[in-house]
Amino acid sequence: MTRAGPEPSPPTSPGTRPGPSPRTSAEPDTGTNPDAIPAADGTAPTDQAPAERPARNAPPGRFRALPWAGMARLTGRRLLAAVPVLALVTFGMFALAAASPFDPVRQYAGTAGRSASQETLDELRANLALDGPFTERWWQWLSHAVTGDLGESVSLRQPVAQVITERIGWSALLCLVAFVLALLLGTLLGVAAARRTGGALDRCVTGVAYVLQAAPPFWTGLLAVWLFALQLGVLPAGGLTDTGSDTVTVGGLLRHLALPAAVLALSQLPWFLLYVRQGVADALAEDPVRGARARGLGERTVLLGHALRSGLLPVLTLLGSRVPELITGALLIETVFSWPGIASATVEAATATDFPLLAALTVLATLAVLAGNLLADLLYGLADPRVDHQEM
Amino acid sequence: MAGPQATQAAEATQATGAPWASRSGAVPHRPGRRALRVGVSAGVMAIVLAAVLLVPLLIPADPQDVRLDEKLQAPSWEHPFGTDRLGRDLLLRCVYGLRVSLLVGLVAALVATVLGTAIGAAAGALGGRADRLMMRLVDVFSAVPHLLLGIFIVAMFRPGVWPVVLSVGLTHWLSTARIVRAEVLSLRSRPYIDAAISGGASRTRVAVRHLVPGVLPQAVLAGVLMVPHAIWHESALSFLGLGIPAHQPSLGSLTEAARGSLLAGDWWPTLFPGLFIIIPTLAIAGLAGAWRERLNPRRRSELML
Repeated sequence: MTRAGPEPSPPTSPGTRPGPSPRTSAEPDTGTNPDAIPAADGTAPTDQAPAERPARNAPPGRFRALPWAGMARLTGRRLLAAVPVLALVTFGMFALAAASPFDPVRQYAGTAGRSASQETLDELRANLALDGPFTERWWQWLSHAVTGDLGESVSLRQPVAQVITERIGWSALLCLVAFVLALLLGTLLGVAAARRTGGALDRCVTGVAYVLQAAPPFWTGLLAVWLFALQLGVLPAGGLTDTGSDTVTVGGLLRHLALPAAVLALSQLPWFLLYVRQGVADALAEDPVRGARARGLGERTVLLGHALRSGLLPVLTLLGSRVPELITGALLIETVFSWPGIASATVEAATATDFPLLAALTVLATLAVLAGNLLADLLYGLADPRVDHQEM
Repeated sequence: MAGPQATQAAEATQATGAPWASRSGAVPHRPGRRALRVGVSAGVMAIVLAAVLLVPLLIPADPQDVRLDEKLQAPSWEHPFGTDRLGRDLLLRCVYGLRVSLLVGLVAALVATVLGTAIGAAAGALGGRADRLMMRLVDVFSAVPHLLLGIFIVAMFRPGVWPVVLSVGLTHWLSTARIVRAEVLSLRSRPYIDAAISGGASRTRVAVRHLVPGVLPQAVLAGVLMVPHAIWHESALSFLGLGIPAHQPSLGSLTEAARGSLLAGDWWPTLFPGLFIIIPTLAIAGLAGAWRERLNPRRRSELML
């Protein structure tokens, strides 16, 4: 997200605002931001950063009316903004492909292309409509893609749309399970570490988190295969079904899902854990927690009811922005475990220089990232009532 | 001093999406432990650099030396990391692999940092429409996952050292550009810049003499932190079979080559290349973290990967 450069502003001093808000920490405190005035009547330009404003006079009480209208408008604006982004991304891909030494005609002709004369090749080029400039091909691809026709995959010999619909479910399942696992484990360990920052448990947990963050996920995955599949023999090493069987059963799926999901979760865990730890540790040093302790509330209530609530919320809102890392991790993990998802298709497509499939998958990943960003902003507005969706 | 410094820190934080600037006092500083961390990191880096630079000079053994009578030996005194399925010594291969990976990481990080600094500084210094256009471009670029873009570039061009370097370098300038732009914006309103302008300095002179030196520490820091990240990307690409070709062992292609022996139950060809990725990464992160604490004393270090 672009942010308009703010004037140098005093740093947020500790304790002026309850609850950490990661995205607005550089903004001046309420009232002094000149951006808030034009933004209030909805005339702010669309690239305006989410400036902070005084809290609207929301009715007191637990149940705040959700800003449905604002959320819908933000979604609509983002959908509109996605069109030029996707157009530019695909344009860049076609330009790169045109600049590369890769020649789709020779790929199409295969070994016969080596002995074929130049005239035959030229004729083939014209037949495949590859003789024009790449902008023409790009436009043709775009106009076909809008109708759902993404072309034919060269390596898998299937329509690209079919490849995607067959595989996307498995990838989504893997990513979802891994993400939920990372969330649960990260919250648990993050809170445990934040209870006594600098203590033995904290140092252990953060140390392991740093090592996990530095470890390539494919390496962790291979070691997990060695330990659990080969040494202990408790879990299958990869794939979706046992060898010799084609039917996917619930029990078999769970056993085959366990290792890849756990390794993908481990690769996403450090980021989340360190954020939760930081958020909870910061919240523990703030006035509401001090007040809760002064009122004599139990340590459990203070930690889970007060510190975790205010420390976790800003982290949850950032989850949507983790989609690129999740996709990267899934790419590697699916390859290690021969998971029949969309990410392993990407690698196959790349090894075979399958441009139609690669282009479609890149567009799909870009869409996922944009959706993640939208989700992050929506959650952010929900979590912090001072933020107005109008301004994003 | 605390004011502008902290603002910069917060802006850099937002630009990279790293954890927010911490409120003071949550965790007490422990100077002794930090010194220990810096010392250990520096020592490890020294060993790594010495191994990478000196081993090829001092030890005449060839990492490609095939000895089929010694294939797949477990770690021993003679072969501390064991041997692979062609009987090649894995310690030697890991050192040579680290050499390739480090070199690729350094060059890729250099490309990314120079590009990011140039674009970020230009956007920050020009302002207005050019700034908005450039930052929009950064937004578009960052919507594509880096590894996927790298895979696309390598797939279209032939796998090899240069496509890998370029695919990593050309996809990672975004965060540096954001950091540098934020830094330039905060520098631009400092009194000494105003003084230079009212003293009659030209635009170019202000940019070259005053803005770039001010931005440099942050840009170099971002570049140093980019090195482990670039190594990570190189190894991921090589592992997928889309990176450095097998006859030039990098840490990623070593892991890829070890997959077959792993499924036969031999763990050492897989374990050691991974450790060779983790250890320099942690050492570089430790050093860069300490450096960042010096630049922005209010922020504690965290790993940026």
